[in-house]
Amino acid sequence: MTFINYASREINCKIVYYGPGLCGKTTNLQYIYDSTAPQAKGKLISLATETDRTLFFDFMPLELGTVRGFKTRFHLYTVPGQVYYDASRKLILKGVDGVVFVADSQEERMDANIESLYNLEENLQTQGYDLNNIPYVLQLNKRDLPNVIPSEELTAELLRKGEPVFEAVASNGTGVFDTLKAVAKQVLTELRKG
Amino acid sequence: MAETPFILQEHQFQRLKTVLERLRVECAARCVFLVDRDGQPIALNGEIGDMDTTSFSSLAAGNVAATSSMAKLIGEDVFPSVYHEGERESIFISVIGRSLLVVVFDERSTLSLVKLRTKRGSFEVAAILDEAMRDSTTSQMNGTSFFSEITDEDIDSLFS
Repeated sequence: MTFINYASREINCKIVYYGPGLCGKTTNLQYIYDSTAPQAKGKLISLATETDRTLFFDFMPLELGTVRGFKTRFHLYTVPGQVYYDASRKLILKGVDGVVFVADSQEERMDANIESLYNLEENLQTQGYDLNNIPYVLQLNKRDLPNVIPSEELTAELLRKGEPVFEAVASNGTGVFDTLKAVAKQVLTELRKG
Repeated sequence: MAETPFILQEHQFQRLKTVLERLRVECAARCVFLVDRDGQPIALNGEIGDMDTTSFSSLAAGNVAATSSMAKLIGEDVFPSVYHEGERESIFISVIGRSLLVVVFDERSTLSLVKLRTKRGSFEVAAILDEAMRDSTTSQMNGTSFFSEITDEDIDSLFS
């Protein structure tokens, strides 16, 4: 839920990066964190296992600039991708303003992508949302790997509602900010609509 | 569709700050936070120092979300409060509807005092937040939100 504070003149929104295990959600956040000026970001918090797999969530606040005198702050979250952390994923979707689905382009991860996307739709419904009515972007990650499915094929399988689609290599930053901008823009446009 | 934005007007924010300040003094606490259950910091008062209040708020909300789910698994509806005891600093979190009242205190105070004072303060906080939520909904329904005036150019300027 967007939080607007007239006293501090701030707009706070929540964006969640969703997707199967090891698809690059945390890598997206890490790249954004590493590439952002210190004054525009807070700490990157990672609740991870000893092997650096996301256990509960990653979080970082990011300030994009001002709109009509209001600072726009986006709280970026990732969910744990592994199937058995579903309870955590549901919790993190609470109050979400926009979702990025990070798909793993590798052929052998296609089933995991589909399973995760269905899981997203189900969990959104549990929280009272409909994927068709919330700001949403599809990112096709890991495009640099040799065994990837062609983008058109992957898009045809995963596209839900004509959402913006971006090819990405999160490890070197390709497509990371394009994805973020697209979802942030949708969130602000939604806010304007009321 | 996403939920109605929660809009906190300046006078409501100032009233919340007054309540938090009084609560901090009454609890003899180091600092008091009001946090949205989604992890957004709403207001705070006290000795913050160099504490990262944004991260703190997000983690407090995650903490309560996790313990609330644990409550359901053992047949409880909700844990209305959560307490973490440290060697020097402790944290008491009270759930107030969609928000969390978080009190950070040290050896200058006690858990029983914090619990007692927080209970009273939480009614005042709840009343202000309810009012803000009602106003937010009314503003959205009437289409009187300031944000309806945001243009495409305003949004694009953020990304240029």
